[in-house]
Amino acid sequence: MARVIVNVPASAKRGEVIEIRTLAGHDMETGFRRTQTGELVPRDIITKFTCTYNGEEIFRADLHPAIAANPLIAFTTIATESGTLEFHWTGDHGFAASQTAAITVV
Amino acid sequence: MKTRREFLLLACAAAASPAVHAQLTPNIVALRKAALEGAVRKVTGGAQLRPGRVKLDLPPLIENGNSVPLTVTVQSPMTAADHVKAIHASTEKNPQPNIISAWLGPRAGRASVTTRARIADTGTVTAIAQLSDGSFWSDRVDVVVTLSACLEDGPT
Repeated sequence: MARVIVNVPASAKRGEVIEIRTLAGHDMETGFRRTQTGELVPRDIITKFTCTYNGEEIFRADLHPAIAANPLIAFTTIATESGTLEFHWTGDHGFAASQTAAITVV
Repeated sequence: MKTRREFLLLACAAAASPAVHAQLTPNIVALRKAALEGAVRKVTGGAQLRPGRVKLDLPPLIENGNSVPLTVTVQSPMTAADHVKAIHASTEKNPQPNIISAWLGPRAGRASVTTRARIADTGTVTAIAQLSDGSFWSDRVDVVVTLSACLEDGPT
């Protein structure tokens, strides 16, 4: 299981725009690099990221080799109700990681 | 063994010959430009791309192209009737033009996406926003890269 970090405020006012920052531990091997003997290193990247808020998708992204290692993705959402945010990363060679975060809306 | 003069003559002839010349310098610039245009067309589907409303924020002078902080913000009220559907970013000089494609909706509250990109060389970075009314807006930033991504040594 890959190491992932998400940063979601623990509580927010209803209707407030909150910033969510996520970080996944991954090399994001581009598939364009060569070893010292000249062989191409096969591509190994995270290709998809999704975020759901109480089961409803609020953000989705397609990543390409031009994303730096340990991809950071930051976006915003409106705090509508208390609940959980789920984050899913999927990638090459069956890579999958997920994380949840709870938020209390007052 | 050839003398230096003979070698120079041969080298000049080789450089002047168009076939050899084409082999020596494949037109990477044109290929990459076509790839970028292809990527943009795939996003817009041939629709008109208008400058404005989008703000692409990244440092103009990049010391290390391996990790470049990049923020795209779009001026939009983000209501159900008028919001940003997708944000795309691409570069001109990378082996593949796409950086990221992000889909958001009225629940985002603010149209803003931040990530860290790899940028191979000095050139233009483009951000495109697709709005709910079907229009496309873009912003371009020219960046200078001193240490390029993709050139570091591979794993040993």
